[in-house]
Amino acid sequence: MSTQMHPGVRVGNWSWVWRPWIVLVTAVLAALTFLVFCVSISVGDFIIDLPAVIRTIFGQGERVDEFVIMDLRMPRALVGLIVGAALGISGALTQSIARNPLASPDVLGITGGASATAVFLVTVTSGAVVTSTVGLPAAALTGGLLTGLLVYFLAWRRGIDGFRLILIGIAVNAVMQALTTWLLALADIRDVARAQAWLVGSLDSRSWTEVWTTLWVTLALIVIVLVTAFQLQPMHFGDDVAAGLGVRYSAVRAVLLLCAVLLAGVAVSAAGPVPFVALVAPQITMRLLRTPVPPLIASGLFGALLLIGSDLIARSVLPNDLPVGVVTAIIGGPFLVYLLVRANVKRAA
Amino acid sequence: MTALRNDATRLGAEGVTVGYADRVVLDNLDVTIPTGVITTVIGPNGCGKSTLLRTLSRLLKPRQGTVLLDGHDIARLKTKDVAKRMGLLPQTPIAPEGLTVADLVARGRHPHQSWVRQWSSDDADVVAKALRMTGVSDLAHRPVDSLSGGQRQRVWISMTLAQGTDLLLLDEPTTYLDLAHAIDVIDLVDDLHEGGCTIVMVLHDLNLAVRYSDNLIVMKSGSIVAQGHPSDVITSELLLDTFGLQAKVIDDPVSERPLIVPIGRTHVVPKSDQGLG
Repeated sequence: MSTQMHPGVRVGNWSWVWRPWIVLVTAVLAALTFLVFCVSISVGDFIIDLPAVIRTIFGQGERVDEFVIMDLRMPRALVGLIVGAALGISGALTQSIARNPLASPDVLGITGGASATAVFLVTVTSGAVVTSTVGLPAAALTGGLLTGLLVYFLAWRRGIDGFRLILIGIAVNAVMQALTTWLLALADIRDVARAQAWLVGSLDSRSWTEVWTTLWVTLALIVIVLVTAFQLQPMHFGDDVAAGLGVRYSAVRAVLLLCAVLLAGVAVSAAGPVPFVALVAPQITMRLLRTPVPPLIASGLFGALLLIGSDLIARSVLPNDLPVGVVTAIIGGPFLVYLLVRANVKRAA
Repeated sequence: MTALRNDATRLGAEGVTVGYADRVVLDNLDVTIPTGVITTVIGPNGCGKSTLLRTLSRLLKPRQGTVLLDGHDIARLKTKDVAKRMGLLPQTPIAPEGLTVADLVARGRHPHQSWVRQWSSDDADVVAKALRMTGVSDLAHRPVDSLSGGQRQRVWISMTLAQGTDLLLLDEPTTYLDLAHAIDVIDLVDDLHEGGCTIVMVLHDLNLAVRYSDNLIVMKSGSIVAQGHPSDVITSELLLDTFGLQAKVIDDPVSERPLIVPIGRTHVVPKSDQGLG
């Protein structure tokens, strides 16, 4: 028979489709992410060599290294890792649900809403709330969540249409941007500086408390996403086909979109509005893996790689402290364009 | 008239009323789908034929009345259980760019899978069989977007077959296809019927509906105006009343079914020269 189907893998009663290329590329991405993570920790005011870094991470390091690595450098790298993964997965979800590569949390206004809320707190209430570190991230998360829900309900019309979702997202995002600008224009100059520092997105001076909160929330969301994602597969074919294949698509979409909004919200609240990762990571990943739709786990890995890689470059190669968001755009943008153009050339050949 | 195999009816509707906002599309409608034959719903644009199919397939929830699938109120069945009993091909399915035929057809197994059991040897067998039955085995590793319209439609039908049901609902499976491809797809549907499937479809092309169906449901403004074998149902009066179409119904020279010859305002020779009854 001419047809060979994808072979299956079985472990007891569990079985999946075996796709070697996807497993291979995902493994390479994971290895690269771990490598950049270690390099990122080794680079700082002074360099700690890589073997020492790896030994320390696994609890076998020297006491001196342990302090610098575990207390000073690790939190920053970990937050970068988590935020990048959250953004990558969030983007893969919104792009899948809207069936449109433009639909990223930045475009849908989630990031903009989070920023507007944070800037509102900094400028209007001035010192009071900002001094408590919990206040700002919590406010950003709430703002992102509310904006996401607003966009979802405004876009709802007997179901969710991708284009409508994006158009309403762009409109709401524009309002949020305008609000942010307006607040900054009215505010006291010292508050503006503080707000600006947050707005450019940064991984500076992270504490373990922040790491743990971000980590647990993100992990919980990722578990929900991965369990629900099996139901997402038929939804790429349209709502009617999904329903015909036994998927309660409204419920699945609501759960996954909520997770996407929360993941983006957590990312923004931890690192500020880092642009472009959520848009570009799923698109680059699906071209690397040669999948027709954005892959979730690999998008998260690539998002993490892009973010900590950019942070590393911003700190080590570039002269003055550039915000990490600038570097993610400078690296991610051309790489995506390269992959798109290469696909054109291949098709023409 | 061909005898309908009327063993237990699998699908039917009792007193269903369906509407969007303030518009009633189906008004207190009763219908029974005979098992083991091809039933085709025809009617002018906007008569509610797609709405009927969507209601029978549980895509739309009726305001009143019930749809019965294998004796169960379909609204009370789990979505997944409906999918195990009934395959559905809606009008505009989306195939993501680059998706291969094999991967698309494999999705048809979804109702039988779970998170921990995403692919079994059973699934592989059913999918291979579905590909073979629809004649697309050789295309298995091609991207769906590289195929012709007719091949693509075969692939989608293959996916609904992979669901492993013998009850298929097809919403205008020949739309956008040229006549040769339309015949090709509908011949495939007939093969499935010969293989034991019960099929309900909506068709625009009246002559294809007449040629291939054992049971026609003729609809007009949300009601069923006639139902039965094409030879009994199709008359020039019915076509005029239902579609507002002037037509002559003659014996089809190549099948034992009626053939509809439309009469427009132009290109009609005077009656004496026609040589027809």
